[in-house]
Amino acid sequence: MLRSVGEGLFPQTLNIQGDRALRLRIKTLFMILAMVVCANVGDLMLKRGMTQIGAVPVSLSGMERAFLLTITNPTIWLGILFLTGFMLSYMTVLSWADYSYVMPAGAFGYALLTLLAVVFLHETVSARRWVGVALICVGVLLVGQTKPRTTEAIREVAT
Amino acid sequence: MIPVAFLLATLICASTGGEIAITYGMKSTGEPARLRPKELLIFLARAVRNGWFWLGVPLLALSFYSLLVLLSWQPISFVIPASALSYVVGTLGAKYILREQVSAARWIGVIMVCAGVALVAAG
Repeated sequence: MLRSVGEGLFPQTLNIQGDRALRLRIKTLFMILAMVVCANVGDLMLKRGMTQIGAVPVSLSGMERAFLLTITNPTIWLGILFLTGFMLSYMTVLSWADYSYVMPAGAFGYALLTLLAVVFLHETVSARRWVGVALICVGVLLVGQTKPRTTEAIREVAT
Repeated sequence: MIPVAFLLATLICASTGGEIAITYGMKSTGEPARLRPKELLIFLARAVRNGWFWLGVPLLALSFYSLLVLLSWQPISFVIPASALSYVVGTLGAKYILREQVSAARWIGVIMVCAGVALVAAG
């Protein structure tokens, strides 16, 4: 089992086909990493920006003021920039990789956030959450060692 | 409980449906020739002219609003674990709609990720 995981991540066959498969794998993992980083940094920026603005009062004038504060807040715009980066890397990676490969791999963000919270924010994490992190990591590794692409390109009829 | 279940079903179906439509659109757009700014812009211009992409965007917007409403009714430690079911629904969609080959290893991995996300979000 472990051996096949290792071979999946680092194929030893360096013929042309193996070389192409390795390139596809590296390209895909790189884009998924960009996706996860952009999504989490973007969410963090939005949360920080909205905290700066404070609770939005439920009245027409209150919402109007909150809207103006939102669109003039640089942290919010930074968040939107990162989330745009997420959408672009997501679209790009799905142009060649399987949805059933990219989607579970994206969950690595949850594990990453927990690790960051422990290392930088010194948060205490429950045993249940650690089990969850371990399950995500093993699950992502299992999906990661499968072939990133199992379908052929869709030919457009019109062109 | 019935409105919550209905909204949860909307959230899962809309997010999975939207992502599958976008995947289909991107697969028919074809991958960018190289990962350089110019080629990526050409890719993006082609992608936004694809009808499947524009089917996906409103579905994702619908899933986002259902998530917001759900979060205003229920705690996040219930909403995210419950919506983690979308990993399984998404994999079923990938297999039967997108015709991807989901191997046993991939299925086991997806189920582990689904359980893991539920446990992490439940705290």
